[in-house]
Amino acid sequence: MTSLPSTDLIIEITYLIATALFILSLKWMSSPTTARHGVWAGELGMLLAVAGTLLNRGIVDYKWVAIALVLGTIIGVPLGKVHMTAVPQRTALSHAFGALCVTLVGTAEFYLRAPSVPRFMMSVLSMEVILGSLTFTGSLMAAGKLQEILPQRPITYKGQNIVNLGLLAAAVGVAAYLVIHPDHMYLFPIILVIPLLFGVLMIVPIGGADMPTVISLLNSYAGLSAAAMGFVLDSKLLIVAGALDGASGLILSVNMSKAMNRSFSNVLFGAFGQEQVSVKGGQETRAVRSATPEEAAGILAAASKVVIVPGYGMAVAQAQHKVRELYDNLTKRGVDVKFGIHPVAGRMPGHMNVLLAEADIPYDKLLDMDEVNGEFPQTDVALIIGANDVTNPAARTDASSPIFGMPILDVDKARTVMVIKRSMAAGFAGIDNPLYYLDKTLMLFGDAKNFVGSIVRELSGGDSHG
Amino acid sequence: MKTDLITSLYVFMLAGFIGFEVIRRVSPLLHTPLMSLTNALDAIAVVGAILLAGEHKTTLSTVLGTIAIVAATSNVVGGFLITDRMLKMFRASRNPKP
Repeated sequence: MTSLPSTDLIIEITYLIATALFILSLKWMSSPTTARHGVWAGELGMLLAVAGTLLNRGIVDYKWVAIALVLGTIIGVPLGKVHMTAVPQRTALSHAFGALCVTLVGTAEFYLRAPSVPRFMMSVLSMEVILGSLTFTGSLMAAGKLQEILPQRPITYKGQNIVNLGLLAAAVGVAAYLVIHPDHMYLFPIILVIPLLFGVLMIVPIGGADMPTVISLLNSYAGLSAAAMGFVLDSKLLIVAGALDGASGLILSVNMSKAMNRSFSNVLFGAFGQEQVSVKGGQETRAVRSATPEEAAGILAAASKVVIVPGYGMAVAQAQHKVRELYDNLTKRGVDVKFGIHPVAGRMPGHMNVLLAEADIPYDKLLDMDEVNGEFPQTDVALIIGANDVTNPAARTDASSPIFGMPILDVDKARTVMVIKRSMAAGFAGIDNPLYYLDKTLMLFGDAKNFVGSIVRELSGGDSHG
Repeated sequence: MKTDLITSLYVFMLAGFIGFEVIRRVSPLLHTPLMSLTNALDAIAVVGAILLAGEHKTTLSTVLGTIAIVAATSNVVGGFLITDRMLKMFRASRNPKP
């Protein structure tokens, strides 16, 4: 038996290399030029770790492992091939799968160890299953809302936060009791069921525009639950992977909450289903100037610098490919076209960038808020496609506005502003946008895809008789 | 290889700091692929599930472990696939200005 202990060492070394590869993988994500190396590093790390694990002498039966690996691959391939517009719900769904795995392993580990579970073990186990199960149902709910299987409208009622926090407190209370008395095994299902319920209730008050924050937060929870699982299994690899994922989700949530001007605690306590502001006052019908595709095309063709600001409306209308045609046409005429992307545009962090990259727009033309805001004063035309609140100058000027203080794209500093919009209906937050009433603003009423298409037609036709 | 709790906490803390420093440098351009990549990496939990299913200690642990492998593997495969697909789409201008 002298040669065998080295197997353990080999396994540990594969884990060590996998850990290093995971960190490198994220490091390479810092730039689009190296990002694909990041994926390869991650894949290699995963392969090594799984291969190392399969060497484990504790494994007596490979049959179920093999069946499950094959089945998981069969489910995973289509999930990796979804359409780009479905990426937010796919991401939510994969958070749910990750959380499911963690919760099931935690549950199994409890029943293997009970009734004599050391206190520390019981604490991390509780953390694992509580975070895991609330992330599971929460992510399923989020995916359902994004896929529009469930109503997207936030559902709120009085005392909602008290009910939710009460539930969570109850789960933590039962977990604490179990830590002291782990032999009361009948209590364990409670710390599974309450968080499962909490996960559902947590997402009920969330509206579509809050999804970027929620998805990031669920990402963080999924990571933390995996790290807790690492403590239970005494696996450094899992602790590191979970901590990296948790940190990533946390950073994104903080970014998103800053970009929406919400305090982070507001987000953490699931109160992001914001108080419904009913801005009814000031309903004077102010005049707006509207323009036809022909007029819009004329102004765009005469511009030397154009910034396009896309929002979720562009994704809904599937207008990104038409936008690309517009980009190509204007670029060919020598117009400098860039895109200004607000952090919370779309349904998840970076959503717009992926859609525009898919439409084959070069990434160096996609600027984030800080980069693009300095450019608006030199911009001839800011063209807003399906974005609203993130361009509302009231956030800068009107202290009484519910979105006052929210960082916005300063489109009103451009010489001309054009807004493609279906109607004058208010944005997600139900706030009127003073941008639309400026003298320099032209409203282009219609479906984003059709309208951009018409502009492109005008531009290409305009060459022949111009 | 049993290690003590404090060592594990150190690992967690250090990994957290590394995570913050590394992720802070990721361009907002790539935040969607970042999320799908961390999701795939997170599915390393499959390692724990494999042991659980393979060690075959009780029927419950084998069943739960097997389902857990399916869930995690779908994240590994789907996560890496979609991340790579997304990243392939990000390309620079053909003649980028200096």
